[in-house]
Amino acid sequence: MNFDDTPEEAKFRQVARDWIKANAPHELYEDLANQGFGGAGGKQKSRTDGIATAKAWQKKKAEAGWACLNWPTEYGGRGATPIERVIWGQEEGVYGKLSGLFIIGHGMCGPTVMAYADEETKRRLLPPLASGENIWCQLFSEPAGGSDLAGLRTKAEKDGNDWVINGQKIWTSGAQHSDYGILITRTDPNVPKHKGMTMFWLDMKSPGVEVRPIKQANGQSEFNEVYFTDVRIHDSQRLGAVNDGWKVSLTTLMNERLTIGGSMSTGFSELFDFCSRIQTEDGLAIEDRAVRSKLADWAVKTSGLKYTGMRAISAVSKGENPGPENSIGKLVAGAMMQDIATYALDLQAQGGALNDPDLADFGARFQAMLLRSPATRIEGGSDEILRNIIAERVLGLPADIRVDKDVPFNKIPTSGRG
Amino acid sequence: MNFDFSDEQKSLKDELRRFLAKASPTTEVRKVLEGEALYNESVWKGLADLGVLGAGLPEEYGGAGGGYLELCIIAEELGRALAAVPFSSSILLAAEFILHAGSEEQKQKYLPKLASGELIGTFAYVEANGPVTPDRIAVTGGAALSGTKIPVPDGMIADIAIVAARDGAAGERGISLFIVDLNAKGVTRETVANIDPTRPQAKIVFSGAPAERLGAQGEGWGLINTVFDKAAVLTAFEQVGGADRALEMARDYALERMAFGRPIGSFQAIKHILADMYVSATLARSNAYYAAWALSTGSAELPEAAAAARVSATKAYQHCSKNNTQVHGGMGFTWAFDCHLFYKRANVMASGLGSLSQWEDKLIDRLRKSNKAA
Repeated sequence: MNFDDTPEEAKFRQVARDWIKANAPHELYEDLANQGFGGAGGKQKSRTDGIATAKAWQKKKAEAGWACLNWPTEYGGRGATPIERVIWGQEEGVYGKLSGLFIIGHGMCGPTVMAYADEETKRRLLPPLASGENIWCQLFSEPAGGSDLAGLRTKAEKDGNDWVINGQKIWTSGAQHSDYGILITRTDPNVPKHKGMTMFWLDMKSPGVEVRPIKQANGQSEFNEVYFTDVRIHDSQRLGAVNDGWKVSLTTLMNERLTIGGSMSTGFSELFDFCSRIQTEDGLAIEDRAVRSKLADWAVKTSGLKYTGMRAISAVSKGENPGPENSIGKLVAGAMMQDIATYALDLQAQGGALNDPDLADFGARFQAMLLRSPATRIEGGSDEILRNIIAERVLGLPADIRVDKDVPFNKIPTSGRG
Repeated sequence: MNFDFSDEQKSLKDELRRFLAKASPTTEVRKVLEGEALYNESVWKGLADLGVLGAGLPEEYGGAGGGYLELCIIAEELGRALAAVPFSSSILLAAEFILHAGSEEQKQKYLPKLASGELIGTFAYVEANGPVTPDRIAVTGGAALSGTKIPVPDGMIADIAIVAARDGAAGERGISLFIVDLNAKGVTRETVANIDPTRPQAKIVFSGAPAERLGAQGEGWGLINTVFDKAAVLTAFEQVGGADRALEMARDYALERMAFGRPIGSFQAIKHILADMYVSATLARSNAYYAAWALSTGSAELPEAAAAARVSATKAYQHCSKNNTQVHGGMGFTWAFDCHLFYKRANVMASGLGSLSQWEDKLIDRLRKSNKAA
């Protein structure tokens, strides 16, 4: 049992490390290291510069062969092994945060296009996606279909060689910055819901596409509504067969399992640091038994996640598929972050109400965490959906008995009030 | 990176699982539960024959010269099977104390017999209810011991005990360790009721019982802390094994039990309980692996890794065993179903090396010292 690289891994790590040392935007290190949990006190920085910086770093990486490492070289990747991709992620460290804009494109849209588009399309669309020249979004969730994605209602109707799209998507991350998107639609409402959907890719500048940012509960706008009014898409932009969109979407969602071994922020190190400095009635918070008991619980969850990631990396290193234990990451980290933020404010007593980085403890970071964390427990699979996934796919429990399975989509009740 | 057990270690695990499935089903464990025996002697002999008891001890003392990783695997399988044997008392504590602090002569005298199972050892240090502190150790030491230890795990079947006693000034520096022959004069013992009858405990009264010193005078408290860190890692595996088995039982029952015309495992209320059990068992296993790495490589991270493994495994076993009962509904509260065996074992193990809150306290102290919060 060890944490050591194999000789090949060590060699690859050294090459990656040397390149990052010579090329990374080191002037951004501090900012990136302290970034997270959304802007404090509702003071959101303009993202315009952020996008330029992110694109510049991505371009530089792509030119040197460090973009989308696991993709084939003809599509802008490196043809690297899974473990090499993991090692790159470890070495890129905080600079990886610059790639946030591209996560959905690289992690979900790209693999879907790769699996279903024709060769010419792949060679045209994928390299500029890899290099960050184009940003992509994923147009899946709808007002009527979040956890129940297959409840979506956005229509695509055939008209000659085109499809005409009408409807609305919601919770689309980065749509306001995106050049392209992958879009799942309803093409046959007369069959059961999983059997009447079709997937497309589209240019976000197509006439009839309107992006409206959503003002979130924490005052920021990371997500959007996207409206489609008579948007025309050529049939050649279809991904997979007509009415086979559910199967295509599963390809996308399989890739949603974020980077193996990547650690999500939990807020634990911030809280530990905070408790080591602030006073309660009886002295330093960290000297207090009650505080310690809370910290210990979060400490072992944090280390448990870290070493669960190490076990997954070991599996990848041996050429195996990582086990299902990876599915616990967001479930544990999301809830923990919310609990940690709540507790940090409790330790601040009345001062916890302040939400100005210049006035609140710790630059109002825990306040920002408190206000952002409800989203973490919902986005990319809610806590409840993740528990279902663990129960059904890992533990082998039967799927829920469904009342909408063999019913034509247009006969499924849409209101709980009859 | 290979943060995993080796193929040889995994085949040891398979072999042991097969052996225990045959030799130590819960029907066997229940003989101890019902008071027909103080431990499963045939299982203990079988483990000795397989070389399991001495697996981690050096060859010159009758062991197989394996290492701590082998002990981790053995502990996990024994925990899974709820084996009613004195492995933790005799091997993880008594043998470790002797290996760590004993003279060459003491090692030669005791370790081969502990490794063969011919001799059973235990560790006696608790005297009063509440957390053990140096000042709460009142048994007096020297060439002869006097005073009372309660509760002592496996105290009725042990041949020797490592005893923490006072033979000097107040405080930590007055605590020393002694080896006592429990079959000698000056020792009386009786079984005390404990919440897990599958692992009996005793009250032992020493009245001038002959004793030999183990380690230097005044170093007992330090030795206890050192050996407890190692034992915390190994028993964390025992806890993880129990937690996993409790999760499997609950899963199997949820698949089989019908209510409202469907398997109860198809209800989200049940699924989510099981998913949370899986999460806590997985986190505990990963923390235990980290501690196993630290223990087997002699890493300076051992103190924090051991405490993290202990806290995580204690919580996971308690969580999985109580929810195993919950998923079984009323049947889970019957004597006939095995749920209560795991629930009881989990809660006795939670205090065996000191309470959860004491280990939480240690963990935070150690994280502060290592200045590594995450």
